[in-house]
Amino acid sequence: MAAKKELQVSAVENGTVIDHIPADKLFDVINVLGIQSLENTVTFGYNLVSSKLGKKAIIKIWDKFLKDDEVNKLALVAPTAKINIIKDFEVAEKKAVMVPKHVEGIAKCVNPKCITNNQKVRTKFDVVGSSPIVLKCHYCEKLTDQEHIVII
Amino acid sequence: MNKRSLVSITDYSKEEILEVLKIASEFEKNPNCNLLAGKVVASLFFEPSTRTRLSFETAISRMGGRIVGFSDASSSSTTKGESLKDTTKMVDNYCDLIVMRHPLEGAARFASEVASVPVINAGDGANQHPTQTMLDLYSIYKTQGTLENLNIFMVGDLKYGRTVHSLLQAMSHFNPTFHFISPKELEMPQAYKLFLDELHIPYYEHTELDDVINDADILYMTRVQRERFADPLEYEKVKNVYILKNSMLAGTKDTMRILHPLPRVNEIDEDVDDNKKAYYFQQALNGVYTRQAIIFKALDLKW
Ligand SMILES: [Zn+2]
Repeated sequence: MAAKKELQVSAVENGTVIDHIPADKLFDVINVLGIQSLENTVTFGYNLVSSKLGKKAIIKIWDKFLKDDEVNKLALVAPTAKINIIKDFEVAEKKAVMVPKHVEGIAKCVNPKCITNNQKVRTKFDVVGSSPIVLKCHYCEKLTDQEHIVII
Repeated sequence: MNKRSLVSITDYSKEEILEVLKIASEFEKNPNCNLLAGKVVASLFFEPSTRTRLSFETAISRMGGRIVGFSDASSSSTTKGESLKDTTKMVDNYCDLIVMRHPLEGAARFASEVASVPVINAGDGANQHPTQTMLDLYSIYKTQGTLENLNIFMVGDLKYGRTVHSLLQAMSHFNPTFHFISPKELEMPQAYKLFLDELHIPYYEHTELDDVINDADILYMTRVQRERFADPLEYEKVKNVYILKNSMLAGTKDTMRILHPLPRVNEIDEDVDDNKKAYYFQQALNGVYTRQAIIFKALDLKW
């Protein structure tokens, strides 16, 4: 019954509900997942009351299931988010977003003198801190902290 | 990446550091050999660094190897817009080893992933310069007889000075005590202090260059580089803060030695040069033996 309570905006038959997004990260999540260019039906809840986060946001996407690299991108901007996979109006699976150990080709290095910002080199980071997230560039070895993470 | 590259000082374990220092002492006893006969080393200097380049080229010549390459980017095809990847791929076909200096940070790591031959990083921007660190370690080892349990004093620009950051990382294997002497504006970055905290390595911070150095085994001086400052006023404020003079060495340990990565500007007064504790000129010579040893290891050579 807990699942029913969460589906307060409108029920998804098949798709994904991303819950527990800090309200101020909603637009970052929309950007990193490219939601603005989806054809799917999407609804947003914004400034919903959350006991854990104060104000939270929720995104429901019909007929879409996140791929691993999308989950990784989500983890970088909203590590508190929870993913509910909905099948036939029921929560088929709940997953916490896991911050990966390595991220490739997702974020930009904060260092303007880094090779990845000057030549065609795919970025690679080790995740050296998870709350808040800190990325260490595999190439220039500089740290990029959560506030400065720019998704490519 | 091929395993034999040396891009960052952290690519070497403690055992590998000691192994290379041992090989370097063999080269010091007997610098000339023919171990590189028939081998071609590409020396790719995308920015000029005469000191480092001559040291490498001396090392290669003393081992009987041949050198191809360029000494600044204007004489290479990169001025025509060739990517580092393409230059590296091309050179990789011709040679057995690449020595690379590049102004962009991470360039050598990337090259080591693109090349099939080992890459030795001769400096990538403000990031790493591991052969400098190895020659510093060799100088410490030679003058103190050990790397273990030493009091290492670092003076000057501890914020931007990459040599002190790499030396700090490398010495962390050997139970050191660090003292950092710098103006507030140029203090050791938080990330390195946290690194030391995690390893329970003690460090002390000072803002005065005074008799605190009497405890030192190694006094590692650095220059304050104008190009590291966005604001020229900041540079003017700090450039003359710490100048080491001979009179300040009276109370220091007999075995203490002064190191400096060179070139110096004015941070060590010339009246120190004749003191036997001044070691910076011999330190530079150690660079040739150390680079010979690093090449020896990179190419998996045997005596
Ligand atoms: Zn980087």
